[in-house]
Amino acid sequence: MSDITSSSFVRQDLLGERPAPVKTTGFIGLMRTRLFNSPTNILLTIVGALLLWFTIIPSLRFLMIDAVWTGKDRTACLAENAGFAVGACWPYIQAKLPQLIYGFYPEAERWRVNLTLVLSVVLLVPLLIPRLPSKGLNAGLFFFAFPVVAFFLLHGGGIKGFGLSWTADLLQLFDDSIIGAGQALLSLGKTSSAAPLLWVVGNVIVLVGTAIYWLIFPLTWLRDQLQGTGQSVWADFAITTAIVSLIAFVLGGGLRTGGRALTSSIATFVAIATVIKLMGLDHGGLPIVQTNLWGGLLVTLVVSVTGIVTSLPIGIALALGRRSTIPLIRIFSIAFIEFWRGVPLITVLFFATYMLPLFLPGNFTVDGLVRALIGISLFTGAYQAENVRGGLAAIPRGQGEAAAALGLSWWKTTSLIVLPQALRHVIPNLVNSFISLFKDTSLVSIVALFDLLGSLRASFSDPKWSSPSTAFTGFAFAGIIYFIFCFGMSRYSLFVEHRLNAHRRN
Amino acid sequence: MSIEARKPPPQIALKIRRVLGGKTGWNGIAVQFAFAAVLGWIAYEIVSNARANLENQHIAAGFGFLANNAGFDVNQTLISYTGSDTFLRVFLVGLLNTLVVSVVGIVFATVIGFIVALCRLSPNWLLARVGEIYVEIIRNLPLLFQILFWYLAVLAALPNPRQSISLLGIAFVSNRGLVIPRPIGESGFEAFLAVLALGIVASLALRIHARQALFQRGQMIRIWPYVLGLLFGLPLITMLVAGLPFSFELPQLKGFNFAGGSRIIPEFVALTLALSTYTAAFIAEIVRAGILSVHSGQMEAGSSLGLSRGTTLRLVVVPQAMRVIVPPLTNQYLNLTKNSSLAVAIGYPDLVSVFAGTSLSQTGQAIEIIAMTMGVYLLISLITSAVMSVYGWRVSRSLGA
Repeated sequence: MSDITSSSFVRQDLLGERPAPVKTTGFIGLMRTRLFNSPTNILLTIVGALLLWFTIIPSLRFLMIDAVWTGKDRTACLAENAGFAVGACWPYIQAKLPQLIYGFYPEAERWRVNLTLVLSVVLLVPLLIPRLPSKGLNAGLFFFAFPVVAFFLLHGGGIKGFGLSWTADLLQLFDDSIIGAGQALLSLGKTSSAAPLLWVVGNVIVLVGTAIYWLIFPLTWLRDQLQGTGQSVWADFAITTAIVSLIAFVLGGGLRTGGRALTSSIATFVAIATVIKLMGLDHGGLPIVQTNLWGGLLVTLVVSVTGIVTSLPIGIALALGRRSTIPLIRIFSIAFIEFWRGVPLITVLFFATYMLPLFLPGNFTVDGLVRALIGISLFTGAYQAENVRGGLAAIPRGQGEAAAALGLSWWKTTSLIVLPQALRHVIPNLVNSFISLFKDTSLVSIVALFDLLGSLRASFSDPKWSSPSTAFTGFAFAGIIYFIFCFGMSRYSLFVEHRLNAHRRN
Repeated sequence: MSIEARKPPPQIALKIRRVLGGKTGWNGIAVQFAFAAVLGWIAYEIVSNARANLENQHIAAGFGFLANNAGFDVNQTLISYTGSDTFLRVFLVGLLNTLVVSVVGIVFATVIGFIVALCRLSPNWLLARVGEIYVEIIRNLPLLFQILFWYLAVLAALPNPRQSISLLGIAFVSNRGLVIPRPIGESGFEAFLAVLALGIVASLALRIHARQALFQRGQMIRIWPYVLGLLFGLPLITMLVAGLPFSFELPQLKGFNFAGGSRIIPEFVALTLALSTYTAAFIAEIVRAGILSVHSGQMEAGSSLGLSRGTTLRLVVVPQAMRVIVPPLTNQYLNLTKNSSLAVAIGYPDLVSVFAGTSLSQTGQAIEIIAMTMGVYLLISLITSAVMSVYGWRVSRSLGA
């Protein structure tokens, strides 16, 4: 048996050590492979470095090294007093900070703004972390309870009645308008050529209105009785609680399964009662701060959060309407969406500011901020509708068909099967829309609302702080705030997208 | 004996139900009636309230105000306009100003956007980061913020006309705007134009001929030297023969301002800068996504067929990328046009600023003016989307789908 080592094709001695392969990782490797690997690349690297050198270094010098950090007025930020070419004038920001955050919100009441901000963060952060439980309760609190509480915190004021009175008021308003329309037709019928037709239609409308009047009469009677008592809010509250809980109990399945609906309804009302008691809403509430005193970051956040909260339901409704097979609803949704998407936001705001008041009854004035909010909600709602529609289109037909085969109604199929999946699909798109909404809130400064940008622009005209670097400092500060919010949201949307695509990665 | 096939039962009722009420049938029709009633009620409320409010404010509804004298000046007009012209003329002036700033913005945005996209796609690490920083910063700041930044901070910080910054001695930048030389037609202008038009037509004909030769006989014709000669050589010769087609009137500093040349107002400069840099960031992302969407195997297949890198890019990669790029790109152009309405914040006389702003406050005809302004933008976007759906149809047809 021959020894294997003696065969001629087996090497007898060790090979010499080869040099280590060229490093392609780490900083050196990066330089070798992606910065200096060819003459063109070296040239491009030099160009890039020059670009950075002439942008980053001057910005850093402006913001930090050449900046003035303390001072009482503009004299501190003038080159002849400071002794060097002055960069950012930070004392100006320090002096204007309250105005940039609160606007002209009274100083004694600013704790309310701070409390609202804390509340929103406390509710929003758990909602954004996917691992935390009870998303439903959390979302309910953020999207329904928080806006109401925030309104009474920021604006102040109390309530005079509760659910029952409000429903009665609303129905009565609606009924009055119907009867008014019928009578207008009747009076038109006296002069018009189509008199008999108008007479018939007018009488029918008046008849319907009268029927509704008698239908809601118990409600209005009860309201008038309640207004007579001293404790109208609490009496109204008790009756509303009883009625709503009873309805929830019956709809929830009566004695067999209605217990759960009953408990959650009563728990909700207990929570509402606590809030009413805590904020003293039943006897006037907090002192009222008119919205024309609001300003700065407060208005920016109020407009964007309201836009986010209201545009989503509008968007879902429009998206479902656009996919509906009922012709009139589909046509209306398409026309509505395409109209708002086809016009610039600024004309929408002009519309809300100048045209909307003309469309409302003369004795009915709407606050300037609310008008802008209505415009922004409709505008963003149309964009959200297209996002949601994308998600609905991505759900396979089989999902809806399976649900229908199980005997679920259209409402149950949509709300339990299709929408949850569709919305989860389009979270990144929704967040991207929120980013553009947040950026677009700056446009309200054109219709005389002082958001962050509007307050900043107003502060430029203060002669106490006018210096060559004031404008640049102001823009640097506002830019950093806007960037933090938008960049944060876009990173979050990337994070969610990554999570949603987890099953596609390999 | 044969059994006649039975005719299907007439389904007229079903068909009518489908057309009128969708899948839900009679329920759908009932829903529609309720919906129409609600819409009619809202429309009635709006009309009656508007009528009552207008009566209270003593405003006559209708478009009669368009023939009235405007009585205010506009600081940039493309067509002749004086304060004694009508509101209709103001509308046209504003519309033209909107279109001008949009077109200029679109050109610059496309150029900057493609450059930034190339930077982001570059194999050079540093340049890719520079492009990324640009996109992230620009996209995460509101457009209005950027417009105001250019207008209130950068342009306001420029020196006055006496110390203006000279660009090669022919154009001057100051806080009063940009002054550029103005071309003035000379004697050789007509001949020059005619020759230029001839050159363009001849080049196009040459290109068609070369393509035919390539596709029908497989014969490659190199046409670029001829095209170069036709487009540049021929006009140059004409210029030598017939004299200069136009000369430039250079701006001269006289007293506190410039005489001669044409002045571009600072509002236009600020708006164009902000619109083009802002939209460029979005265009860069669209172009990058489009080029990345072409599978890398396409490039490899091209090179395995023996095509050079440039030819593969030109003939294989770019046409496929364009299919992905063009629809969102048009969308961005539309966005830029709509965003040009932010001009109102800095007083550039665009449609919203002079018509929905100044004219509205002078006449109080809110409904007519805002409806007209919205109508213009709506018309532009509807036309664009109609053109894009034709484009989409053609692309899907050419793909054989």
